[in-house]
Amino acid sequence: MSKKVHVQTIINGEDVEFLCEPRQSLLECLRDVIGMTGTKEGCNDGNCGACTVILEGRTVTSCLVLGVEVDGKELTTIEGIADGEKLHPIQTAFLENAALQCGICTPGFIIATKSLLDHNPDPSEYEIRWWLANNLCRCTGYDKIVRAVQESAKKIKAQAGG
Amino acid sequence: MTNIKEPKKYEVIGTRPLRPDGTDKVTGRAIYGGDFEMTGLIHGKILRSPHPHARIKSINYDKALELEGVIAVVTADDLPVNPDGNISIGYSRGNILAKDKVLYVGHAIAGVAAIDPHIAEEALDLIEVDYELLSAVMNVEEAMDSSSEIIHENSFMKEFGEMTVTNNNIDEHFQHKMGNIDKGFENADLIVEGKYSTVMVHQGYIEPQAATALWRTDGSLTVWNSTQGSFPDRDELSNILDIPISKIKVVPLEIGGGFGGKIPIYQEPVAALLSKKAGNPVKIIMSRKEVFESTGPTPGGYTWVKIGVKNDGKITAMQSELAFEAGAYPGSPVGMGSLCVFAAYKCDNQLVDGYDVIVNKPKTAAYRAPGSPNAAFGTEQVIDEISQKLGIDPIDFRMMNAISEGDRRVDGPKFPVNGLKQVLESMKNSPQYQKKLKGSNKGRGIAVGYWFNVGLQSSCSITVNTDGTVNLIEGSTDIGGSRASIAMQAAETLQIPYDSVNPSIVDTNTVGYTAVTGGSRTTFSTGYAAHLAAEDVRDQMIKRASEMWGVPNDSVVYSKGQFSSDADPELSMSFKELASQLENTGGSIAGKGSINPKKVGGSFAGSICDLEIDPDTGKSTILDFTAIQDAGKAIHPSYVEGQMQGGSAQGIGWALNEEYFYDQNGIMNNSSLLDYRMPTSLDLPDINTIIVEVPDPTHPYGVRGVGEANIVPPIPAIANAMKRASGKRFYNLPMNPPAVISKLNQDL
Amino acid sequence: MKYVDYERPTSLKSALDILSEKGDVTKIMAGGTDILVKLRVRSEQPDLLMDSKEIPELNELSFNHDTGLTIGAAVPLYKLYADADVKKYYPALVDSTTIIGGIPIQGRATVGGNLCNSAPSADSIPTLIVLGATASIQSSGKLREVPVSEFCTGPGSNVLKSNEMLVTINVPAPADNSAAHYMRFIPRNEMDIAVVGVGSYVKLNASGDKFESVNVSLASVAPTPLNVTEISKFLSGKDVNDENIEKAGQLAKEASKPISDMRGTAEYRQHLCSVLTKRSINKSIERIKGA
Repeated sequence: MSKKVHVQTIINGEDVEFLCEPRQSLLECLRDVIGMTGTKEGCNDGNCGACTVILEGRTVTSCLVLGVEVDGKELTTIEGIADGEKLHPIQTAFLENAALQCGICTPGFIIATKSLLDHNPDPSEYEIRWWLANNLCRCTGYDKIVRAVQESAKKIKAQAGG
Repeated sequence: MTNIKEPKKYEVIGTRPLRPDGTDKVTGRAIYGGDFEMTGLIHGKILRSPHPHARIKSINYDKALELEGVIAVVTADDLPVNPDGNISIGYSRGNILAKDKVLYVGHAIAGVAAIDPHIAEEALDLIEVDYELLSAVMNVEEAMDSSSEIIHENSFMKEFGEMTVTNNNIDEHFQHKMGNIDKGFENADLIVEGKYSTVMVHQGYIEPQAATALWRTDGSLTVWNSTQGSFPDRDELSNILDIPISKIKVVPLEIGGGFGGKIPIYQEPVAALLSKKAGNPVKIIMSRKEVFESTGPTPGGYTWVKIGVKNDGKITAMQSELAFEAGAYPGSPVGMGSLCVFAAYKCDNQLVDGYDVIVNKPKTAAYRAPGSPNAAFGTEQVIDEISQKLGIDPIDFRMMNAISEGDRRVDGPKFPVNGLKQVLESMKNSPQYQKKLKGSNKGRGIAVGYWFNVGLQSSCSITVNTDGTVNLIEGSTDIGGSRASIAMQAAETLQIPYDSVNPSIVDTNTVGYTAVTGGSRTTFSTGYAAHLAAEDVRDQMIKRASEMWGVPNDSVVYSKGQFSSDADPELSMSFKELASQLENTGGSIAGKGSINPKKVGGSFAGSICDLEIDPDTGKSTILDFTAIQDAGKAIHPSYVEGQMQGGSAQGIGWALNEEYFYDQNGIMNNSSLLDYRMPTSLDLPDINTIIVEVPDPTHPYGVRGVGEANIVPPIPAIANAMKRASGKRFYNLPMNPPAVISKLNQDL
Repeated sequence: MKYVDYERPTSLKSALDILSEKGDVTKIMAGGTDILVKLRVRSEQPDLLMDSKEIPELNELSFNHDTGLTIGAAVPLYKLYADADVKKYYPALVDSTTIIGGIPIQGRATVGGNLCNSAPSADSIPTLIVLGATASIQSSGKLREVPVSEFCTGPGSNVLKSNEMLVTINVPAPADNSAAHYMRFIPRNEMDIAVVGVGSYVKLNASGDKFESVNVSLASVAPTPLNVTEISKFLSGKDVNDENIEKAGQLAKEASKPISDMRGTAEYRQHLCSVLTKRSINKSIERIKGA
């Protein structure tokens, strides 16, 4: 039978340990092993972005990372974006701009937006569309998502200024 | 029934509140189909056919059962037998697990349940299936050729409503006609015709189908799934598994997109049978490849259109022949396409022939205005061609021939009040259309589209809480913000704040029958049911107030959230105050509303597309795009715009790049989100929206469902723009770069 | 995916020891963005995945005006295209690496992996070829250098033996009056595989009116990335003008041997070879003149 590997990691600032088989993706470990189902699966081959998480400061599609690879590494998932019950400005902007319909792609988009604005607090519309091109949404046509990202940038700036 | 003539002033309707399920969906807390967990859960995988058409000579799964961790295997032999030969149930069961033949690549053959999904997948390799290969029939032209391999040996073609003795791959041929088509063409000064072909495309929802089933030893079955309709799922499970509906409960979880594709069920019965054998709950989540190959895309096929017109622009005759791929089992949307093909145009002489054609591809399912885009790709291009030939502005030409209230649709019914002319007017006045498009290789195209919208059954109940809030209990799964749009209608009727309505979407044991979230019906019908339930609550509250005050029932009025009585001006109480006193005045109040609206107004939509073609690579870039649609009354304008933008994006993808790419062996080569090219954020422009409001008088708030018509016009609008940019007419989808280059080089 | 073991050696020596012992059942992983998909669809079924990301030699990224650029095989794309020297001296590598996958893929994927995956459509290989890059390949006790133009041997196959691994890719220092450029055609604007890709390298004479040397390499038109030597021969010493560039496009078209598949027909790909070769050569010239 298969051998399981011990993995020690930091997820959303908390120490987390789990056991997994090497063939299990980070996505599978998050969802099925740890029980954090906020990160979604849409394609399992890196082409939809629903499973996007931040690994060591970079967005990655967690379906293309193995669980064993994150040993000793730090992760941020959708569950770690809000500050307790207080929503992050990106989350608020997505809600206020009706930037989600079915919502399955939303965690991935929020994570990707977080990472975009961490790298580039004042992106142009082209930069937004380019950064988010790895995240597919089939409901919105992206228009309201782009508005929400622009609004997020403003909110974050206002927050920092105030 | 309220009859709305003048726009009304509303408190809640027309505002843009946050959706009730929003916080859970931006924090990852919402539970979708694949997120469901319960004790003892095991995982299922499905073995699928690698061949498009083959006879199954034998299946041996002994080795799979021997693999450590495997708990159960099921095949078609585990489905109930079909002694009465009900062909329709036979087809339903056949698509769940193939019995004697596999009819498409991806056709389910066996299910395996194991302690983890990897083991279940390994077990699939150990199942031995012996096939006798048959030749595959891969498109409608081939299938309609009488020499093609017959896919269903024991079924016969239905023609003009009668069963014939012809055994071929045409399941049905029907016809709609009015007037005299020959005379119509005789009277024409100009006749334009063309055959327009489309290929199979997928809805492309981001969440793969996911379902968990638990078959208990007492014979009851519970299914937790991602679905557009829990009640239809329950009924279908009852048919397929031959157990009474009273034994089945379907619990809808959050759904990650559907667009029609999550109306049918696929793995639910397999999970149920595996659960029955294993004794554990079984969860099956499809892979993306399975989503493409084994669920229900929308068909390819052709729409041939011939239109005659007088020199002054009046249409004299319209004729069409539509042949759509049903997939492996009957039921393409050709019937719906035939209702939509000429819906926008007033013409006394029309003839439409439709063919439902069986091919060795997955059984097609609904996709946003099913059939209408395929039809409009023909009609709207012929209309464009005529307006170009006559030198009339394409919007003006459509306006000259636009249907009005009372005009007949080709299949019979008269059009009720509709917003086509207002849509055309808005298109003409739009900022985009008012602006000139300049430069070479650029073109502007416009088109309109129609969807008739459906009513169907919906039920809601509303219970009143002592703090003055209410619980709204509904059965419509929320794919795009319908919790909000339904709650808003309840709040409007109850004259309470939107925040005071707490909606819940519940299982099939907990609310009255509610049909699918589909057909652009949810905000219309379930909103209507919520309105009725709210009226019921209001009336009971009035009665309670009259009892408390000891005044006649008909002296109590409810206005602006206050109960008062004509009998005594001192008597006044807010909704909240009365709610707090229910306990001691007769107990809690619950209202209910159920409806099955029959006369539903449809929705017209229009698109304006400006694009540029790179003549060297054939790539089209959309420069500007406006979507216009009649929403009757936009309950939550943001979600109306969202539907219009989403439908436009899907139409753009369908027009330019999306396709099921089959090789000569009947195998889809691009069953991944890398090679099935749906638009990314970088492929689409900003999508401008213009909401037109021509209320549907049959709905208390004038709602027209806006879920579907918006996907129809983008495709021909793009084709018309490409004609004007390149001088070439495009007869086939997708209009991708290689197709454009080969077209541009055609006459050089 | 069938069961697989995983090891993450932290030294080149231990990695090479693993390969000596069981290289024939091992697949080397860097960013994993190709290999994990292959494992999942079972087109590769190794017993062991060896993660190369913690090996110091494979993480080197350095530039020297004399010896050029060294790219460790496990350096992720985002690090490469953010590097100041790469941006300044090797903009063609930025062209290539910013279009492989999207942002999340670029956070993981590597040029080394792109090369070892050896897909005919790989966006970085034509650029490496036209820049004259070599691959440093190591096995226990043996180091060899292979020109990138000779690295790939077929779709998904290359010169690496089971006991060998790619350690670095070495790109020569840029010459005066030279520049390179890469472009591809895809139907979408992101998240696609090259229907055709063209890398070009141009070196002009001092006055900028004659070609001294030109290299053109094509993606997605043959079983391996294709080096169009006919263009080098033809353009050397010729005047910089539209007619000669047009002819180069024609030569690219003639050299290509594409197949028809879901990503494009053979005919269309040949057409694109000519269009993109001209565009790419012109872009390289623009880069020289802009510098």
